[in-house]
Amino acid sequence: MENILSLKNIVKIYQNGVIANKDVSIDIEKHTIHAIVGENGAGKSTLMKIIFGEEVPQEGEIYYKGKKVNIKNSLDAIKMGIGMVHQQLMLAPDLTVAENLILGIEPLRYGVFLDLKKIIELTEEASKKFGFKVPLNKKISNLSIGIRQRVEILKVLMRNAELIILDEPTSILTPQETEVLFKSLKDLKNHGKTIIFISHKLKEVKLIADKVTVMRDGRAISTNDVNRLDEHMIAHMMVGRKINFKRIPGVKKVGCPLFTVKNLNYLSEENIFVLKNINFEVRAGEILGVAGVEGNGQTELVEVLTGLREATSGKIFIGKENISGFSPRKIREEMVAHIPEDRMKNGVAEHATIEENIIVDRYHKAHFSNKSMFLDWKYISKSSNDLIEKFKILTPSSKAALLSLSGGNIQKVVVARELSSNPQVIIAAQPTRGIDVSSEELIHNLLKDARDNGIATFLVSADLDEVLKLSTRIIVIYNGEIVARFDDIKNITQQDLSPYMLGIKKKGD
Amino acid sequence: MEKFLLKYFNLIRAAIAILIGIIISVCIIYIISKEPGFSLKSLFLGPLLSKSRFGNFIETASPIIFCGLAIAIPFQAGQFNIGAEGALFIGAVAGTAFGVSTNMPAFLHIPLVLLVAGLTGAFWGSIPGFLKAKWNTSELVISLMLNYVAYFIGLYLINFHFRDKAAGYLVSYKLPETAWLVQFIPGTRIHIGVIISLGFAVLIYYFLYHTTLGYEIRISGFNINFARFGGINVFKVILISQMIGGFIAAIGGMTEVMGVHRRFNWQLSPGYGWDGVVVAIIGRNNPLLIILSSLFLAYLRVGGRILNLLSDIPSEMITVIQSIIILLITAEAFLAQWKYKITVREAKAKEVSSEPYT
Ligand SMILES: Nc1ncnc2c1ncn2[C@@H]1O[C@H](COP(=O)(O)OP(=O)(O)OP(=O)(O)O)[C@@H](O)[C@H]1O
Ligand SMILES: [Mg+2]
Repeated sequence: MENILSLKNIVKIYQNGVIANKDVSIDIEKHTIHAIVGENGAGKSTLMKIIFGEEVPQEGEIYYKGKKVNIKNSLDAIKMGIGMVHQQLMLAPDLTVAENLILGIEPLRYGVFLDLKKIIELTEEASKKFGFKVPLNKKISNLSIGIRQRVEILKVLMRNAELIILDEPTSILTPQETEVLFKSLKDLKNHGKTIIFISHKLKEVKLIADKVTVMRDGRAISTNDVNRLDEHMIAHMMVGRKINFKRIPGVKKVGCPLFTVKNLNYLSEENIFVLKNINFEVRAGEILGVAGVEGNGQTELVEVLTGLREATSGKIFIGKENISGFSPRKIREEMVAHIPEDRMKNGVAEHATIEENIIVDRYHKAHFSNKSMFLDWKYISKSSNDLIEKFKILTPSSKAALLSLSGGNIQKVVVARELSSNPQVIIAAQPTRGIDVSSEELIHNLLKDARDNGIATFLVSADLDEVLKLSTRIIVIYNGEIVARFDDIKNITQQDLSPYMLGIKKKGD
Repeated sequence: MEKFLLKYFNLIRAAIAILIGIIISVCIIYIISKEPGFSLKSLFLGPLLSKSRFGNFIETASPIIFCGLAIAIPFQAGQFNIGAEGALFIGAVAGTAFGVSTNMPAFLHIPLVLLVAGLTGAFWGSIPGFLKAKWNTSELVISLMLNYVAYFIGLYLINFHFRDKAAGYLVSYKLPETAWLVQFIPGTRIHIGVIISLGFAVLIYYFLYHTTLGYEIRISGFNINFARFGGINVFKVILISQMIGGFIAAIGGMTEVMGVHRRFNWQLSPGYGWDGVVVAIIGRNNPLLIILSSLFLAYLRVGGRILNLLSDIPSEMITVIQSIIILLITAEAFLAQWKYKITVREAKAKEVSSEPYT
């Protein structure tokens, strides 16, 4: 078969001297779905940015449709028919969904004026055609990260590119949405498009890809037909050891309720109930999982629980203490850790160093500072380096800017900080988003250890496998309401949860 | 060699930028001046050619350092408060008013006058700070408008309440000697305020990078959502950063009054607050670099003044020359590509020596 894209001996060195791609050569065949997998920091996103013209390699050649090309910027790439969904989403936050979708291909009236009616028409049509429901008239900045991911995918699909790069498009999609996406991708392939697909979910790779390239430490170490490999083999090639995909063993001892929510309601600015009469409790030593399609109130729920948003009514208790209305600092003082769903918005300061990101919740505490006034940088570096080692964060130094880390490693910084904050309650939203299989295993084990040590964990994840693997009990949220509760999940599968998640079925309390 | 270049990249970049600026200025001066040699000498060497001019240069740097710091702190907090000029003016008026109306020994008088000025400046900075923290109004706009308010209130106070009628023009009464800052180098007006400004720069550096409040300020500047998420009280940060800024700017104005003129004699706003914005940007909001950038700007200003006084070059042209030099060193991307090339070569060398391709 003919290659649409050939990369030959690509070398990429970043401004700080990190070599992200070391002599990478890959051929992408026309009309295939080609997966690229590898650990966090292996150089996948870098390679994709090179193809899309956002980074310029120091060495190597790129052939597109048989001709040698020089892609200087993304405009070149777009003109050549390449489209890309970025790992760190890139939408204009102050524009609406429709405006973002149409950006750069706006229909005009008289050559100057935006044709607003046409914009809505076009975007509505696309949303239907590709099966992605998005709120066309809402501003991006008001949307949850999962919905933004849908918008970003739709945006690229609409552009009718011939080579579509998807850098972890499913990291925050629920299985049902992933299914919709995969159907579209297969359709596109059948219509002659080529797709490069990056994911840490090997199941998905197995399901959709024709070929898979494994990257390790900046190199492409092998390319194979997917049907010759299984998940375990791919994982083994990626990390050089076996990975455990099984559910974690059941709970030993569940204590009294540590984290209780009573009659919680939240009204949005438009006076719509985003959360309706939410009631649940998480007991010491258990993990309560929340299943639900993104955008059914999970984002708001977590923000209310962690003090970033104020509930309209209702009560939240840590132990016996009512913490509703507390500031984030005061909630943290009750030993609540929070892994936020949108790491770039809430979880990190990208221009600060790794250390400075790690101490945000503890800089005023003993050892980190003297009398809460003078920072002890020696101690801070030491404790940061301990975390960097424990969580295998790939970086030359704890004083490196956070911005220079790969997506998964940024997530690890957030998780490392929160899990090391000595919590009694953990509120985790998409804790392993963008994290590779081996680090996911590590984080899952840490969450299990936390559970066994009597911590109450509230887990929100789009990844149903994760919810099923970790949870002691599960609640399902749909349209801002808890529509089902599963107290014994031993024999529960995705198929059992699905109808509730989609609002087809509802269980009385 | 390349290691050395990388390490001192920012300094080398500044040096090259200044060099290019000089070359351009030389060209301009040759075109418009009838006696280019003399003009060039006045501009570039003028501040060094006599003791009093040198004194001028150092004494001009002092309020610029203060104002640079005053701008840098809110900037680091992500607050674009450009009210240093107003805080400096109103603070100096308040300090002067307090100074001329009280009598006490110097060891009390000096710190108290400075304190009154500083607190007035802090109050001035708190207005845009509070409005921003509470109602999210633009501190940029409000601080800018307040500069004019400060100017007119200040002039009114001096003119109608503290004006020295014996003097022929609009100045305040002279401060009692107990409120003077000593000029300690004979033949110049270099005064204790210069040393205070250097002390402040070091102090603020320590404050920003080694204290918890400094950390809160910088993190809020990086990402305010993250700061809030981490438990930082961002209301406090927004307010306090602008108050500290106002405090420092006012001290800068007051030391100038106490050390140089010994009375309030500004009929026009002196413009140090605007220079502060420039040096804060050139110095990347880093207090230690702000010392350097302030010295540089003061040198340029004094050179320009001498040129204006002694040569045939119109003052507008002098401003143009100054602006070109400033522009060149502020340009972020200038020479960045060159640095990148060296990095790439170094990384490759390391890779080859440590880890042969497999
Ligand atoms: N802007 C940058 N500046 C410096 N180093 C960078 C930059 N971006 C990435 N790197 C480094 O390059 C390496 C590869 O990063 P890249 O983002 O390509 O990894 P990745 O395979 O996409 O990982 P992930 O699965 O975590 O997304 C990492 O070591 C990372 O720290
Ligand atoms: Mg990546």
